[in-house]
Amino acid sequence: MFQGIRFIPDDTDLPFMLYSRFGFLLSGFFCVAAFLVFLFNGLNYGIDFKGGTLIEVRTLGNVNIGDLRSRIGGLDLGETELQEFGAPNDILIRLETQSGGEVAQTAAVDQVTKALGKDVEIRRVELVGPKVSGELTQGGIIAVIAAVILVLIYIWFRFEWQFGVGAVASLLHDVIITIGVLSALRIEFNLNTIAAILTIIGYSLNDTVVIYDRIREYLRKFKKKPFVNVINEALNATLARTIITGTSTLIALLALYVWGGEVIRGFTFTMIFGVLIGTYSSVFVAAPALILLGSVRDTKREPAKASP
Amino acid sequence: MLNFPRWKSISILLAVVLGVIFALPNVVDREFWSKLPVLHDLQPLVLGLDLQGGSHVLLEVDRADLNSQLAKQLIGDIRQALREQKIAYSGLGRAGAGVNVRITNPDDVSRAMSTLGKLSQPVNTGFFGSGVASNDFNIRREGEVITFDPTKAGLEAKIGRAIQQSLEIIGRRINALGTTEPTIQRQGVDRILIQVPGLQDPERLKALLGQTAKLQFRLVCESQPQVAGERPPVDCEEVPDLKNPQQMLWVQTSSRATVDGEDLTDAQPTFDNRTNEPIVSFRFNQKGALRFGKLTQENVGRPFAIVLDNKVVSAPVINEPILGGTGQISGRFTTQEANDLAIVLRSGALPARLTVVEERTVGPSLGSDSIRAGVIATVIGTIGVVVFMLVGYGFFGLIANIGLLAHLSITVGLLSVLGATLTLPGIAGLLLTLGMAVDSNVLVYERIREESRAGRSPVNAIETGFRAALATIVDANMTTMIAVVVLFMLGSGPVRGFAVTLGIGTATTVFTAFTFSRLIIAYWLWSYRPKVVPL
Repeated sequence: MFQGIRFIPDDTDLPFMLYSRFGFLLSGFFCVAAFLVFLFNGLNYGIDFKGGTLIEVRTLGNVNIGDLRSRIGGLDLGETELQEFGAPNDILIRLETQSGGEVAQTAAVDQVTKALGKDVEIRRVELVGPKVSGELTQGGIIAVIAAVILVLIYIWFRFEWQFGVGAVASLLHDVIITIGVLSALRIEFNLNTIAAILTIIGYSLNDTVVIYDRIREYLRKFKKKPFVNVINEALNATLARTIITGTSTLIALLALYVWGGEVIRGFTFTMIFGVLIGTYSSVFVAAPALILLGSVRDTKREPAKASP
Repeated sequence: MLNFPRWKSISILLAVVLGVIFALPNVVDREFWSKLPVLHDLQPLVLGLDLQGGSHVLLEVDRADLNSQLAKQLIGDIRQALREQKIAYSGLGRAGAGVNVRITNPDDVSRAMSTLGKLSQPVNTGFFGSGVASNDFNIRREGEVITFDPTKAGLEAKIGRAIQQSLEIIGRRINALGTTEPTIQRQGVDRILIQVPGLQDPERLKALLGQTAKLQFRLVCESQPQVAGERPPVDCEEVPDLKNPQQMLWVQTSSRATVDGEDLTDAQPTFDNRTNEPIVSFRFNQKGALRFGKLTQENVGRPFAIVLDNKVVSAPVINEPILGGTGQISGRFTTQEANDLAIVLRSGALPARLTVVEERTVGPSLGSDSIRAGVIATVIGTIGVVVFMLVGYGFFGLIANIGLLAHLSITVGLLSVLGATLTLPGIAGLLLTLGMAVDSNVLVYERIREESRAGRSPVNAIETGFRAALATIVDANMTTMIAVVVLFMLGSGPVRGFAVTLGIGTATTVFTAFTFSRLIIAYWLWSYRPKVVPL
């Protein structure tokens, strides 16, 4: 009977803890770099957080983006931005928040739809007034913070505090670097992005918990082994699972990225990147962080053995 | 871990079969399904607005507009109360958020206070029930000036009332569009959320919502502006023309020269017999008919203006008294304009203007494109994961794949039965859980491999594999659930759809791995009693 291909050989014994020194250095470097990029480049906020209007149109006949630009250009609506969206005849129009309160936003959309005329099909209109965008921003920030705190509590409850801190450290690492990449590539940051980041938090933790579970098991099983070796063995034992689950998730996400349409492409890109960074961080950040935080074994697991 | 009592095996299989049955309406032809006995009640997934097209509009009561309406009403009440008591006053008007009035004779002030005091009504705060009774206005006196300040409780009660009325009126207006299953609900203190799926013309929806639809019939003033910017005389007001806002008409302000449209009982679009122009015919109730009859009787030969939301629709001359309580409005309408005007007049006027604070509209063509893209991505993604599992685990991969299909059916089935809404991010969530669903299998299989290597017998290895992996799987999926809960609470529309599918998908993956897949493996194990685990 076909038993399947071993993607990771059974006797794999990689010195992860040795690599982790470089891993720490690399991660530290990327975190700082990501933060700096975010600081200087900012995020390309979508209308959910910035307010404003987004209109997706499909041109009929031989109207091109230049024609539309000139039709809208004369309307005096402040900064307007037109870009192709997946296909040359699909065009995304963005208007900034109009001065004059909530009523002015709707009026601007009316003006644009009138100016666009009959040879354009309006496929989507999204309008977020200044009040709502403020509320959504607040909601998004609260959601990410709440998720991080809940996770910290859960892991603390299920493991020791060191595991909780380690998990949150790797989580923040993932979130910071993801945001840095979104900032560097100018990918639109909207409500869906927050959803993607929360999913990354879930996935990255999923990965981390599996490894932590094995570390905890080995700590009980091999009481004499040095902590570093225990972690290393746990990482090797779970490596096949880490790789296979990651790959299968990536296969699903790649299908979405390629065939799932332009509307959610930013969303799937964020998740693909998040799965990669989350997998990396479980192995190279979350696990070695336990060493830095002090041996779990010394503090709580066996207090009696310290004094024979 | 590998012994299943008969009742357990049967209930597991039953759960899977139920999941498949619940999921079936999504793939079987509608026509055929609706003819089936018993099962025809099962519904397919509800598609979100981003997939079937439609409008999501969040409206907010315009507080400034509501305030000025309330102040106007209060001014009228004060005027009437002082007249009845024959108290002379001057300078009655708005002051900040409230209204103030100067009593001419200082001796009348205390009498005025007690008369006007009756205008302030207690507010039913409801929410705080037992607490301090509060009035809708605070009345204070400084010398001869009496000031009415609206209280917070009073304003909130009035906003609440305005929202309640608006909900009904909007419901009537949208139902007149004849769309299927619109949702209209209150949100927060001063907002109304409207979701209308499958709308072909979202602009029309906004046109219907955008009007307050306050209709008035007002006498036109004798003198009219000769040059632009001229001030109207006392008792007259400048009102712009509906179709040509630069053109102004002076109309009388006094209540005796005005009939309100609130007494309308019906309005229908029709055509003028002579000109064939689209018009709206209306009918008053008895009270309105009486007032309208009196106004027209006393003013034959003079023009009166039909004013809608402070814009002149038309200003015909009264040819003869209109005593029957019916009339018609013409105003160079198109057929659809006449149609929509009749709808808003029939539904009644909104108590205050509503502003759009958020709108998300997806046209039907983008929606169907998204569905197609989502289905293609799901099929390709599923095939990719299935092939990957076969390559990675061979025979056990096949079992995992059967479990995967069961997982997909149960997830879709549960979502359908719960009446959850499928959005585009929801499809992404479905595919993502599919990728992650194999995780439970992978954890178990890797553990079985390890245990086999450690020299355990097949039964023992598989038994240990399942037992050791259980805690890990539950722990690992709990973290995803935490993210799901936060997402759900944060979520609006599509994001919430994503949270729901991800949550149900995650729960299902634990279920299928630990019941269905385990049952298949146990069955295979007891039937064939292999010497080695083919893994």
